[in-house]
Amino acid sequence: MKTVLQPMKCILAVLFAGYAALASAILTIEITQGVDGGLPISIVPFGGAGKEPPPQDVAAVIEADLARSGRFTPLDKKDFVSRPTDDKQVVFKDWRIVKAEALVIGSVKPAAGGRYQVEFRLYDVYKEKQLAGYSYVVAADRLRAVAHQISDIIYEKLTGEPGVFSTRIAYVTREQTGKRFNYKLQIADSDGYQPVTVLSSVEPLMSPAWSPDGTRLAYVSFEQRRPVLYMQNVVTGTRRRIAEFNGINSAPAWSPDGTQLALTLSRDGNPEIYLMRLSDNALTRLTSHPAIDTEPSWSPDGKEIAFTSDRGGKPQIYRMRADGSNVERLTFEGEYNARASYSADGKMLTLVSGAQGRYHAALLHLQSSTLQMLTDTPLDESPSFAPNGRMILYATEHGGRGVLASVSADGRVRQLLKLQEGDVREPAWSPFNRTTPTN
Amino acid sequence: MDKKILFSLLGLAALALTACGGSEATKPAVEDKSVGAAGADTDAGVSGKSLDAKADLLAKRRVYFAFDSSAVDAENRAIVEAHAAYLAANKNIKVVLEGHTDERGTREYNLALGERRAQAVERMVKALGVSADRVKNVSYGEEKALAMDHTETAWALNRRVEIIY
Repeated sequence: MKTVLQPMKCILAVLFAGYAALASAILTIEITQGVDGGLPISIVPFGGAGKEPPPQDVAAVIEADLARSGRFTPLDKKDFVSRPTDDKQVVFKDWRIVKAEALVIGSVKPAAGGRYQVEFRLYDVYKEKQLAGYSYVVAADRLRAVAHQISDIIYEKLTGEPGVFSTRIAYVTREQTGKRFNYKLQIADSDGYQPVTVLSSVEPLMSPAWSPDGTRLAYVSFEQRRPVLYMQNVVTGTRRRIAEFNGINSAPAWSPDGTQLALTLSRDGNPEIYLMRLSDNALTRLTSHPAIDTEPSWSPDGKEIAFTSDRGGKPQIYRMRADGSNVERLTFEGEYNARASYSADGKMLTLVSGAQGRYHAALLHLQSSTLQMLTDTPLDESPSFAPNGRMILYATEHGGRGVLASVSADGRVRQLLKLQEGDVREPAWSPFNRTTPTN
Repeated sequence: MDKKILFSLLGLAALALTACGGSEATKPAVEDKSVGAAGADTDAGVSGKSLDAKADLLAKRRVYFAFDSSAVDAENRAIVEAHAAYLAANKNIKVVLEGHTDERGTREYNLALGERRAQAVERMVKALGVSADRVKNVSYGEEKALAMDHTETAWALNRRVEIIY
């Protein structure tokens, strides 16, 4: 796949862009709190028919997904009385003994053309009833994707809410080689696997934002030695500059219908929030204040934009209608509140809240105006909701390094996502509509 | 000041100079001795009078700020004034003012704050007779820290405007 790079003034800056098949460091996930108390589920190792085991252990991927959600407790396989791999072998009594409430069985068998046939069934152990059962035929490199799809089906059948295992996360890594830093904008599966580098640069990258259809990322790159806004198709790798005015070009946020970007420009001397219509790049200025106005976030219905402003002296969260009218202040508690991001139901904002020099990921409940701290770590940044609203993903510092962390909206489950070496930051959770890169 | 920190800062300063091409065309006319100075370490314990106060000020190419502030205090103002006087007298030189913040708070707000700091210095330089077409400002926000520690000392060093020419 080829990337169209526009001529760069600075040869040093960007080395390559697009989907490069480079070996990338994998984000590993460590669950730090809340593995117990989920629904007990038995996931039986999948059967097979090939001479060699399939390249991915599909059942293991499903088990890790469900455990990570905090809403399931996969049971220990050594206690299993039987190991069914098809419907006829299931004896529900065996699963009541181990106190499983749900049971997952399946198989991965070689199919024509080097592909694999994956089958799975989900049962309610006490009702002795099949809840779901599907069959897929896929290439070997799609086995993890199928496993995540199966996890999503299980999650939705048992919780009534959509799962986010098939979504992806975008983030920025920084690694030091010799005296230089190298920055990469990457996309990985929600479990950190299959990372792909979208862009690599020796100058900083920040603020990746997904288009609502999951095909494009807008982001800020310093490759011209100043903050310039780019948009890149993550399927084809094609990228273009969308704002390179004097001053700051930053803080991109897509309108829910994907037709407009809210962004921050300081071309008139001080940072203001603008709308850019993507069909013709026409700009409309929304704010007009000598203070800093930045970090716009759209409400899910597209009618409002929350943003950060220090017009009251300190950075606080404000809200306006999408035409810039009816500005009102939302946060009053705490010295510093910034970078708000809406939940999918529009009822909450996640933001960074600071007091006494400590900056925590927090939730603002809009109806009651209550501010709830989610963490006690002092250097949190860039929180955003998972598309199903159950988790908040943010960046923080751990052991002297930049890591990602996630916390369930109820605060019960916590995880760290970190690289073997280097820093990771600026996480952005993709929307549900994922587009798979062709491979 | 702690020796270890000083050494690592000197290393980082060197790194910043090599890594940042913005300064490659503009070899510093004077050596940067500002590490650990102004704002970062108010208790340096050194009070000897310099023989050439003006050259001393010109050697300092960083202006430091308090947290979430773009106000230039008297000590830092003297540095800006010395550079402005030099630039006013040498009309062929162009200057870039790079605004930076510490890592606390959010990246996008810090990008705006870094710009506000660079603009504060830019306004002073222009008021002192340097024409607008010779001055550019750019903000890196918190993206290019000089000191990597997560301490008050490191943060104080990172809240800066770099005067590059």
